Amino acid sequence: MGDYFVLAISCIFVNNILLAQFLGNCPFLGTSKKMETATGMAMAVVFVLVLAGVITWITDTYLLKPLNIEFLRTLSFILIIASLVQFVEMFLKKSMPALYAGLGIFLPLITTNCAVMGVCLININEEYTFMQSVVSSFSYAVGFGLALVLFAGIRERIIIARVPKPLQDTSIGLVTAGMIALSFFAFKGMV
Amino acid sequence: MTEAILFMLGIGGVCGLALSYASKIFYVYEDPRIAKVETNLAGANCGGCGYAGCSGAAQAVVKGEAPPSVCVISSPEGVAKVAEVMGLEAGTAESQQAYSLCDGGIRATNKYHYLGVTSCKAMSVVFGGQRDCHVGCLGLGDCVKACKFGALTMGKPGFPVVDENMCVGCGACNKACPKDIIQVKTMSEKLLKFNQKSDPLAPCSQTCPAEIDIPQYISHIKNRDYLAAVQTIRLRNPLLLSCGRVCPHPCENDCRRGIADEAVSINQLKRFAADYEMNSGSRVPIKCAPDSGKKVAVIGGGPAGLSCAYFLRRVGHQVTIFEAMPKLGGMLRYGIPEYRLPKKVLEWEIEGITKLGIETHTNAKLGLDFGLDSLVASGYDAIFIGIGAWKDHGLGIPGDDLKGCFNGIKFLSTISSLVSAGDVSIREKMNLGKRAAVIGGGNTAVDCARTMLRLGLEKVYMVYRRTRKEMPANEVEIVASEHEGIEFVFLAAPSRVVGNEAGEVTHLEYLKMELGEPDASGRRRPVPVKGSETLLAVDTIVTAIGQAPDPSFVEKTSKRISELNITRWSTIDNDPTTLQSSIPYIFTAGDAATGPALVVDAIGSGRRAARSIDLFLKGKKIEPVKDSLQKKRIEESVFKTISGVQTIKRAVMPELPVNRRLDSFVEVDLVLPEEQALAEADRCLSCCRICYNPDKKSA
Repeated sequence: MGDYFVLAISCIFVNNILLAQFLGNCPFLGTSKKMETATGMAMAVVFVLVLAGVITWITDTYLLKPLNIEFLRTLSFILIIASLVQFVEMFLKKSMPALYAGLGIFLPLITTNCAVMGVCLININEEYTFMQSVVSSFSYAVGFGLALVLFAGIRERIIIARVPKPLQDTSIGLVTAGMIALSFFAFKGMV
Repeated sequence: MTEAILFMLGIGGVCGLALSYASKIFYVYEDPRIAKVETNLAGANCGGCGYAGCSGAAQAVVKGEAPPSVCVISSPEGVAKVAEVMGLEAGTAESQQAYSLCDGGIRATNKYHYLGVTSCKAMSVVFGGQRDCHVGCLGLGDCVKACKFGALTMGKPGFPVVDENMCVGCGACNKACPKDIIQVKTMSEKLLKFNQKSDPLAPCSQTCPAEIDIPQYISHIKNRDYLAAVQTIRLRNPLLLSCGRVCPHPCENDCRRGIADEAVSINQLKRFAADYEMNSGSRVPIKCAPDSGKKVAVIGGGPAGLSCAYFLRRVGHQVTIFEAMPKLGGMLRYGIPEYRLPKKVLEWEIEGITKLGIETHTNAKLGLDFGLDSLVASGYDAIFIGIGAWKDHGLGIPGDDLKGCFNGIKFLSTISSLVSAGDVSIREKMNLGKRAAVIGGGNTAVDCARTMLRLGLEKVYMVYRRTRKEMPANEVEIVASEHEGIEFVFLAAPSRVVGNEAGEVTHLEYLKMELGEPDASGRRRPVPVKGSETLLAVDTIVTAIGQAPDPSFVEKTSKRISELNITRWSTIDNDPTTLQSSIPYIFTAGDAATGPALVVDAIGSGRRAARSIDLFLKGKKIEPVKDSLQKKRIEESVFKTISGVQTIKRAVMPELPVNRRLDSFVEVDLVLPEEQALAEADRCLSCCRICYNPDKKSA
């Protein structure tokens, strides 16, 4: 149990997918202008990432490894994640229209999200067990959400600050992201 | 290698199969037209239409929320194809246009200084922005940046200027504006917009019962664009020629200039613009929205009915007016004498309204010639009742049924019909004699008295039970009647009509009164002096002491209409905010709902009824306008003193000399000449909610 906790802390803070690994920067900049969209995106990522982590781990362990075709990992993961997101979208639309209305427009964005792909590959590279991959997928997603929400909160306040013209909008966004990343480095010694 | 190929094929197949099964299992019915519409949109997902991508726009089109022309970059053929899918004609829905509400801009004073702030959104976050006025434009141009079509520029006065030819009505500017200063509305929405407490409104516009944008039309007059002024007035008031003549202009009482100087002669300027259009020989074209396919019956062709019909027609409904009298116009025609509102002028004005495609049936009285059931059976979806207040209050004293006793409205309408028929011997025909007394102190009484002078009577008395100060008639009317030689008998209460053997009136007996304690209306109550009976030798007595609606149609027609609630003042009961009566599809406004009031009140409430009827016809919930102003003042715009105003004399209304007035019914009040109108328009301070333009010389 203690191991899982350490793993979770490491995924959320120390190896934060956005701020330490710099994956998934497009939605990080794209959906962080408003708190509402940021939280919506964060929820959608948590949902999809856990599912994707589980399915890719199963595929890798029970298909790719026994058949010795690990070189097809990236290719097959792309296919699986894309289909999975489509599937989830259809499923939600039918059975949970309320959730679909909330997450709907973010789901297609995740289809090509490198954070999802990255986490799935990390799970395999680190040779996590099934339970570990579940915990790591969930924690990475939570870390993604945390960073996104923090960043959205800052960006909502940046607009009233005196920002020099060449640095406005995305530029100041990236500078800010860098500074948050620096502060996240403080977690390095924790685990 | 083979394994790899087989694996990829396998996994592809599994994914494909799973998805195709899923799409079957999780299939959600979607209107097939959505997909069809979407293929005909540009597919750029640009968001220019204001919906979430092209599929969002397609859904909105199918739901009927957006017009076929929703796509801002689609070609005309694309629009036509979308319209075809929907079974509509291209362009059936009205286009939207952006417009700016703020008239202040940089002239508004600043409360704060902000350094380095580059967007309105940022500025509004900190204490609502730098301006003194919390609704005004912040002037940093978020809307200009948001516009993808280059239709907006930040104007010199510090608020956005819309290029109407470039604007596609996408609404991006409205979303970008933190103050809601720039709005995107269709013509119909603009026509049925009502003053709200949060609007940037000048004091005069707040008070005007018709809610006309007064500073706007005056500024058009300043720029010599008189027809634009006419169009501005027509957004709120279709009867500008009539109002320009007879309106007692409550707006001028609240004119901000009036605090330091004399009020701007607003109504004179309205009349100037209206007369300019009439004298120009052609009419400014009036745009109507595409046909909605709904039919409305408007009962009563007076100011309330005409106003309601006009606005309903302009927002696309089919309207039929039913009028009990031989001609349209109501009190404007039958209650207001020729010398105040010439029939020719009224005729021209009404023609302009009916020309929009409004069907009219005259000599058709509700409850007599047609009933509620026949209207419903003929397919009318909603009914407006604006039958006015035509029943005179009787005097109720002995002898009031003798020959020579008349009631105000009946008297005026009879004479009005005779005058327009070209009759020259009305006095003899009606046996009016030489001396007459009019009882009452309101506008109807003054109209009766001045009319009789013009019919050739030698002496006309006005008998009123209070004093001149308490007379409810318009001050200008009282002054004019004094000039024309009407004799006032104040503090006199008629007690008896004396007649001869032939049953003809010979004298009016009245009691002298003195003023006692103030009553509920704040006016001092007259108390009779005992034994002060006085006789006044007259041949004719006209009673004009008030009117009420005539709701007798309720008993005459179907059971359904008996469900219509009538108040104890004989008015038709309605919800005062939505004007809906106790029968959901019947709406009512004007004198019929409020009791006798101003023409401009009837016009304003006719428009309010049109808004409710429009909502009713579209199947929407009829909700009152949020934070509706309803002639009340916005507190922060009420000033005690103002600075920067020089005394400049108000334009004096030109009048016909008295000696030329009395032998005819020629119009007494004349229109301002152009130079004077321009000078008067220049006196306007172009006020907004709290800012205004002080006179240049002193600023």
